[in-house]
Amino acid sequence: MLQNWTPAQTRSLLKGLAFISPWLVGFAGFVLYPIAASAYYSLTRYDVLRPARFIGFENYIELFGKDEIFRTVLGNTVYLVVLGVPAGLVVAFLLASLLNREMKLRPLFRTIFFLPVLVPAVASAEVWRWVYNTNYGVINSFIKSWGLAVIPFISSMELAKPSLILIHVWAQGTAIVIFLAALQDVPSSLMDAAEVDGANALQRFWHVTIPICTPAILFVMLTGMIGMFQYFTLGWLLTQGGPNNSTEFFSLYLYRNAFQFFKMGYASAQAWILFIIILAFTLLIFRSSARWVYYAGESD
Amino acid sequence: MQQAEAIASRPIQHLPLTQRPLFRFVRRALFYLMMVALGLVFAGPLLWMLSTSLKTDSQVYTVPPIWFPNPVRLINYPEALSSRPFGTYTFNTLRYALGAVAGALISNTLVAYGFARIRWPGRDIFFIICLSTMMIPFQVRMIPLYLTFKNLGWLNTYLPLIVPTFLGVNAYYTFLLRQFFLTIPSELSDAARVDGCTELGILIRIILPLAKPALAVIGLLQFMFAWDNYIGPLIYLNSENLYPIALGLQQFRTMFQEELMWPYMMAASTATAAPVIILYFFVQRTFVEGISITGLKG
Repeated sequence: MLQNWTPAQTRSLLKGLAFISPWLVGFAGFVLYPIAASAYYSLTRYDVLRPARFIGFENYIELFGKDEIFRTVLGNTVYLVVLGVPAGLVVAFLLASLLNREMKLRPLFRTIFFLPVLVPAVASAEVWRWVYNTNYGVINSFIKSWGLAVIPFISSMELAKPSLILIHVWAQGTAIVIFLAALQDVPSSLMDAAEVDGANALQRFWHVTIPICTPAILFVMLTGMIGMFQYFTLGWLLTQGGPNNSTEFFSLYLYRNAFQFFKMGYASAQAWILFIIILAFTLLIFRSSARWVYYAGESD
Repeated sequence: MQQAEAIASRPIQHLPLTQRPLFRFVRRALFYLMMVALGLVFAGPLLWMLSTSLKTDSQVYTVPPIWFPNPVRLINYPEALSSRPFGTYTFNTLRYALGAVAGALISNTLVAYGFARIRWPGRDIFFIICLSTMMIPFQVRMIPLYLTFKNLGWLNTYLPLIVPTFLGVNAYYTFLLRQFFLTIPSELSDAARVDGCTELGILIRIILPLAKPALAVIGLLQFMFAWDNYIGPLIYLNSENLYPIALGLQQFRTMFQEELMWPYMMAASTATAAPVIILYFFVQRTFVEGISITGLKG
């Protein structure tokens, strides 16, 4: 193959490879090798002290057959993704739409809605631990003074997951910025045309604004979904998987198996299951996107 | 008299309801009311953090809560931060963050240039492979990476956190930069090539000066990631004198008794969040513009 190329082509190939060489090394060493190794470890029993021992698909069989915690973990994670991602997306889109209107003090409001995403996860875990405090937290303190029953946000099995989702919904700064950029691209000629045709504000929002923003929505949905499946820090710090495993999410359980129980093979199998689930959800969203994502370029 | 009134009010009554001045005023007022309410809800947790960080113990346990403590107890900050080596945590975090920013900028610039500005056989295949790595969850690589770094003797150092950034492993940054490089007219490079400029020379002298907004975005994203990163340091570091703030903040929890700790804990949390927020205020424009430019086009 190589001998058929002109010297210029060979030179450009070498140039291109030279420029991407940092990535080639990083890809081989920190992506490709770990993926291959992880696939192998997932078929072994490996506690780090003794060499890995090949056991075929036993880890996978145990995960799906015997491990009841894993079943709970799967349910918790799907709950978090299926409710948390759309909730965050809807709130971010509505806030961005509000911010996109003509108003005084817009930079102030934009900063307020953006700030939460800047707060490091460890700090926001502490802040919310205090906000959710049953005795003196800001919400329960008021509730108490009105003589009502306190809300056990993160200490009850029913409320722990919704409480974590609420924190996620609060920190939508990145999505808001992306949506704002998309909203500014909505051609005003289209909006005017819709108005002339008698569409009211709600109809214009639903039939013009949202369709134009669907590529941005798809992007936020995909990255949000991939990120949410890997949800770790806030859960790890705030609820440690409790109460009674109700917030034991995929990454928490995986981390526990790998670095607390030193079941590296078992944890690797979980990582692969996670990968496949994320892949499946990605394909699902991409497949469906053909029906609901509108690309302005296509009609030209 | 009655006639005059009727005439004066006629034009308004002929306007559709939604365009009458009173209606518009009320609608505007309701809009601002809603914005202020939403603003308070979203700022609430952070105001609560700030307010608590300035309270005395008795102010903390007042029901209903107070938002503006009087007197203000500023000494919570030095008292809280000196109970643990917060200065060391900050220094560690800065060293890590700056190292990672340098790595991300250098490596991703080179790689993105190779993907955007040079035509070479196989480029698109490599680029697709590069992009597809974005979908691989960290958890898949986490265990082998840990074992590799263990064998290299890199555990309990910052090498596992910094070295990969020099090898352009964050495909998202590569993608953002490539998109930005593509928007720069190719005539600029062609003219320089005719003048005998090397590719590296073109990158440094022509592309980089034009790409400052995109570089700022990537620098900021990487800085924020490093400041925020919890699971990486959690896995690789185990001596407290190496802890970044992310791990250090948890050390404060072990220091203070649950019911006595809130002002201190909130002071430490404020100190953790403040640098990132202050940084954002300085680069806000670049950041928002950068996302709009590089975000989703193409």
